[in-house]
This record gives sequence, structure tokens and C-alpha cells, in this order.
Amino acid sequence: MNAPRTLFDKIWDTHVVVAETADTPAILYIDLQLVHEVTSPQAFDVLRAQGLKVRRPGRTLATLDHSIPTMPAAADGERPYATPAAKAQVAQLEANCREFGVELHSWDSAERGIVHVIGPELGVTQPGTTIVCGDSHTSTHGAFGALAFGIGTTEVGHVLATQCLLQRKPKTLAIHVDGELPAGVGAKDLILHVIGRIGVNGGTGHVIEYRGAAIEALSMEARMTVCNMSIEAGARAGLIAPDDTTFAWLQGRPRVPRGAAWDVAVANWRELKTDAGARYDREVHIDARDVKPTVTYGTHPGMAIALDAPVPAAHDAIEQRALDYMQAAAGKPMQGTPVDVVFVGSCTNGRLPDLREAAHVLRGRRVAKNVRMLVVPGSEAVRRDAEAEGLHEVFRAAGAEWRMPGCSMCIAMNGDMAQPGQLVVSTSNRNFEGRQGKGARTVLASPATAAASAVAGVIADPRVYLAEEQAA
Amino acid sequence: MKPVTRIQSRTAVLADENIDTDRIIPARFLTTTTREGLGRVCFNDWRYRSDGSDDPAFPLNAPEARGCEILVAGRNFGCGSSREHAPWALLDYGVRAVLSSEIADIFRNNALKNGLLAIVVGAAEHRWLLDHPGVELAIDVCGQTITRPGADPIHFELEPFARHCLLEGVDQLGFLLHHTDAIREFESRVEEAA
Repeated sequence: MNAPRTLFDKIWDTHVVVAETADTPAILYIDLQLVHEVTSPQAFDVLRAQGLKVRRPGRTLATLDHSIPTMPAAADGERPYATPAAKAQVAQLEANCREFGVELHSWDSAERGIVHVIGPELGVTQPGTTIVCGDSHTSTHGAFGALAFGIGTTEVGHVLATQCLLQRKPKTLAIHVDGELPAGVGAKDLILHVIGRIGVNGGTGHVIEYRGAAIEALSMEARMTVCNMSIEAGARAGLIAPDDTTFAWLQGRPRVPRGAAWDVAVANWRELKTDAGARYDREVHIDARDVKPTVTYGTHPGMAIALDAPVPAAHDAIEQRALDYMQAAAGKPMQGTPVDVVFVGSCTNGRLPDLREAAHVLRGRRVAKNVRMLVVPGSEAVRRDAEAEGLHEVFRAAGAEWRMPGCSMCIAMNGDMAQPGQLVVSTSNRNFEGRQGKGARTVLASPATAAASAVAGVIADPRVYLAEEQAA
Repeated sequence: MKPVTRIQSRTAVLADENIDTDRIIPARFLTTTTREGLGRVCFNDWRYRSDGSDDPAFPLNAPEARGCEILVAGRNFGCGSSREHAPWALLDYGVRAVLSSEIADIFRNNALKNGLLAIVVGAAEHRWLLDHPGVELAIDVCGQTITRPGADPIHFELEPFARHCLLEGVDQLGFLLHHTDAIREFESRVEEAA
């Protein structure tokens, strides 16, 4: 009988082209590479310089997301790029995809969007596959039981040319989330709570498998939010075993198998779970009942606490510097802190249920005076679906801006950014110094908390608004 | 890649923990389509004042830090984004080695592929290095040791293949292409099974 294996082991084992030795890493086969404008131009240059082709264009899919404007084109068709360099970079991706025969979802595509939103939407993200992208939030796709991780541009070139990567086998970390999340608490709160527990480097060298009743109860979008932020704990990837929720979400997507082939695929995917008795290198237990609406108070995602809990005192000069940057006071909760900007979007929280969650709080209410709120759908499909439900009208009626799909203020390289000193409540994934603009202060939060904070003008508990509705 | 066998230099220290790749190079500089010239914007928002002049509060702007090729950094250096622009910017800025007690996975991988030595040292040695800015070190890649004045040499771990590639200047893409037959066999095996 075979030794019991983890979900990670099973995916790894089926993708080893050449096994690792003491001297050399494994050669690992990559089923799908996702490409965007920012981390690919230098990789295509290497292929061109060496006279190489893209080995498997059919296993490569490109989109525009990071640096593109989220404001519509002018009447003459000119798009409001932040800089000429941003425009040139997009033109370079278009040229590269033409030259190398790679499918690109450019401005003319109804499927364009953030790379980690469109992969699942198209159904190219499938259980048991290996997926890479020159973007650390590739871990998102682990929600489907795919081994998915971010790589640098040199490796983007390796995969374009050979469909393979040189990899040492990482370690495994199981995060068991038992119990049930309380009402008004969601996946974003949970993952911020987890990172607050294990630390911003708690997953370094590991692939995390999230498991337990609270994980199984999550929707696919919520699972994507959780896996997305695995990298914020330093982990290479996050994984969740595929189940009926996964299969129901994928069925009928454009690129998944159909008919009898679908049944065969599902039967195979059902094997993708950790065997009883399999060993992880580390295990952590979290009780979902302990999770509250959670926000960050410092300058990395591990500095996270319940929004009504007092900000911890700094242990050293480095932590004090983070508190000073955030203008956060030890002993006081983040709740009640004045807000300048609210951003709802990104590969973490830019999907339809995220927008519904924000709209639910905003419906019939107004964004506070002096607060600017941006809502940026994760893809054209999300935008269409949201508009079909009238969510854009809810946002606009509340005084928020409804934008075109893209990474926008998460990475702040397209001109959507905050001013020095402004406090941004953001549904994105990173609160690093300057991430959303030089000197900008980022507080990471769920879509519900972001929307509640927009209405209150200060960091606010969304459960108050949900309770008001129940009372009404 | 050119071989990297030995680096001898004084150290400069950035003691902050969790120096992420956004701090190493802010995202708005990622619209480039080349690898060159990023040293100018390395640590941009930390290094310059708003009028564009050097900020004296940034440790690497200190006169004694100029020309130092070895950067000693606080724990968990290079966390965050996978941008390879971070090691490109550091190399172009003149940094050839980064020493810390923890270095984020993707950054370390990217750095080593570009010949930037990303080296993890033990906690005690890390403390010593943080406490001795400007000390002259010699990093020997072959022997995996760092020689320092007045204390024992520091041994460090280096993944054997990365070490081999550094010493020999091996192009890893060439190594992968050398296995094209195995890749083809793998593909036909998997596609037959499907």
C-alpha cells in the first residue's frame, strides 16, 4: 500500500518531469502560465534573443491588469494611461503575444480582467493542475486545489520556453480552521486573523493547506480570498481540497471539460485530498469562533487585530516606526480612526460576492463627506454581472466611483492612488509603506468593513449596519 | 550570468524588519520593459526627499555606506511582490549581496538567478552583523563562509544547484532546455493518459 500523501504531495508527484537530487532541483511541469504586462516583457526578450518559441502557447494566457487605467477611454479612443511608459508596456505585451502566438485578453476582450479573477472565470484554473504567473498572488488559484505560485521574470521566461520550472520541494503547513465563522465575519477577516496569528513570515518555505469545517463552508470566492493572501504569510502557495462546492462553481465554465469528460474529471478531482494519516511539516489550529471583523494597524499584513481590540504596544523601534507611520496609538482600537479613501476591489476582494457585500452596506446610505470611495470590479465579467444586478447604481447613488476592471489602487501604478498621509481602508492585500501612494496609510479590511467605514467616515464595524437592518 | 565566487566589501545596514519589495522598488517604476537602469529608483521613496534630493535619514545615503556592496538587512527581507525588478534594482544600485536572518522565498530565488547573493545567516551572527555596520566581510561562495574581523567565520547554507550556477555562471534556461527530451516524454505520457 502506498504511504498516505497530502494534497500537495499528490499534485507535486504528478508533475515531476525529472526528480530532484542532492545536486539539482526537480524539473516540475507547469500546466498553465498566466501572463500580464508588467512582469513579462523582459522574459519575451530572452526568448527573442535566443531564438526560442513559446513551447506551449495553448498553456499560456495573457491579460492586461496591473498598470492600465480604470477610467474609460476618451471620445477619440485614447485611454488615460498614467504615463507613456505604461502605454508602451501594454503595447509591448500586445506585440509579444502576437509574435509568440499567445492568447491575450486585451481591451477588446469581454473576458479581460485581473489575472487571478479571469483564470477561474474561464475555467482554465482547474483542480490538480500547476499554475504560475509573474505575480505573487497566484496563490489565489489554490482555492481550486491547484498548486499555484508566483515566480520572477527569469522564471516566466523558463516556463515560456520549456513549460517547466526548477523547484525544490517546499514544506507543508496545515492550517485547520474549526468551528463556524460568526455572523458578519467573512473570509477576509479570517485570513487577516490567520496572518496575525502565524506572522508575515509564518509560512516561509511552506505550502499552506487550509482545512476544517470553516474552510469547507466557504464559497469559492471566499476560498480565493483566503488562498490569495497566503503569500502575505510568506507561503509559496495556499491550497484547499476541491469538493462539491468547487465542482458546482466550475461546471459549465468555458474551458472545463463537458459531458462524459466532465464526469471523468470530477472523479479524478475527488481523489485530490490529503489521505488520512498523511504528515504535514507543521500544523496550526484556529477556532473560527474567535474571528471578529479584522483590520491591519501597521505596515505589513501580519499586524492585524480585531477592529475593536486595542492596538498592541510596540515591542521595538521597528514596530514603533510602523505605528508612527500609521499614526496609530497603542492601547486604542482602530475602530473610529478617520478615513480619507475607501478602495473596494483587487484579486483579493474584487469578485461579485465582494461587491454585493459592500453594496449591501451602502444600499440606501451615503459615503461620508470628505471620503472618496472607489469600487473597481475584478474583471469585465464581474462588471457585467454587477451592473446586471444594479450594484453600480447602488455605489453611484452612495457617492462612490464605479470604475473599469484592473488592479487599480491595490498596487497604485496606474494613477489610482492616495495622497501622502491619507488613510485608505482597502480590500486589497498589502499595507506596506507607500504601497497605495507615497506616504499613504493602508488599513486592510473586508468589503463589508470597507463599506461601513466609507459610510461612517471612520473605521467602522459592519455588524452595526447589518444589525440596524435586522431591527428595521 | 557571470560567475560569482567571492565578494569582499564593507557592509551597510538596513535594520528594518520585513523590508518588502515595494520599498525596494515602488510599483510605479515597474512600467519599464528592460532590466537596466533601476538603481536610480532603488529604495526611491525612502531614499529621496520630496524635492528629489538625498534624504540624510536613509542609512544608505550616509557617506560611509557609499560603495558598500554587502547589505545587512533586518529579518524577512524581500517579502511581498514577486517583482524581479527588486534584485535588478539592488544590483544596479551596487548591492551584490544581502545578508539577513530570513529572506523571503521568491525574492531569494529571483536574486540568486541574477547573481545577487541572498544569504541567510543564523540569529546570533545576524545580530553581530547588525551591530557592526561598515565591517569588512569576505563572502566565499565555494566554501560557503563569510570571513569577518575579530570573530569566527560564518558558515551559510546555499542550495547546491544555486551554488553551482553562481560558481560556474550557469544559465538555468540552458539547463532546462537540455532536458527537452524528458519534457517531451512527460507531455506525451500525460496527454495519452488524458
